[in-house]
Amino acid sequence: MDLAFLVNQLDLTVRCGGDRLDREVSGGHVGDLLSNVMAGSGSGDVWITCQTHQNIVAVSVLKEHAGIILTQGREPEADTVERASQEGIPILVTGLSGFEIAGRIYALLHP
Amino acid sequence: MSETCEISFPIEGDRFEDAGKVSVEVKKILKTFDIPNDILRRAAIATYESEINVISYAIRGTVNLRVTDDRILIDVEDIGPGISDIEQAMQQGYSTANDRIREMGFGAGMGLFNIKNCSDTFEILSEEWKGTHLKIVINR
Repeated sequence: MDLAFLVNQLDLTVRCGGDRLDREVSGGHVGDLLSNVMAGSGSGDVWITCQTHQNIVAVSVLKEHAGIILTQGREPEADTVERASQEGIPILVTGLSGFEIAGRIYALLHP
Repeated sequence: MSETCEISFPIEGDRFEDAGKVSVEVKKILKTFDIPNDILRRAAIATYESEINVISYAIRGTVNLRVTDDRILIDVEDIGPGISDIEQAMQQGYSTANDRIREMGFGAGMGLFNIKNCSDTFEILSEEWKGTHLKIVINR
């Protein structure tokens, strides 16, 4: 399953990395504490968070996430978009809560 | 590329906009070696947490990366307030981070704990009002 499939199925809005939506999603991680995300997430995960500042990009690059989904209609800051574009990390946004979007992605990954 | 290397990276305190840059560089360098993914992952986490600590608490610091035939050595030295009670600082969940740091999702009190978990040997030397020196060793 790739990011493009998630975007279509879950009506996500692409804020950057639109040319990288072919990245495979193997799992997910929900969290706003960066140390927990560093310790607990894995490569290929889609990271679901409400953090919007540019430090989320480095975490995603290091952990080789498929992409980042910002919840509850939060928008990435301008320098977050800039850095994510440079690093090729897609940022997607949803109006749903972390709980709801995680549940829907889980259901798609484990039908 | 040769199988060993030594390289230093400076870090400026309080520059949260740079957070993670050194770790990304370190991981890129380590990827040029024949190092298993799990070891790469541990080195990246240990470097990242060390980098965040310098930015969060110190005036400035340096990450020294050394790769030998059998080990990855990550030395992180800073000039800063130091750690008054290392045992307490090592406890999961203990943090002296201020609200500003916490709002960004840092300061969860997981940093040193994560570093220890990712290291084969881990040593902290610290002197109050002088600085802190982390010695991280990960076997290749």
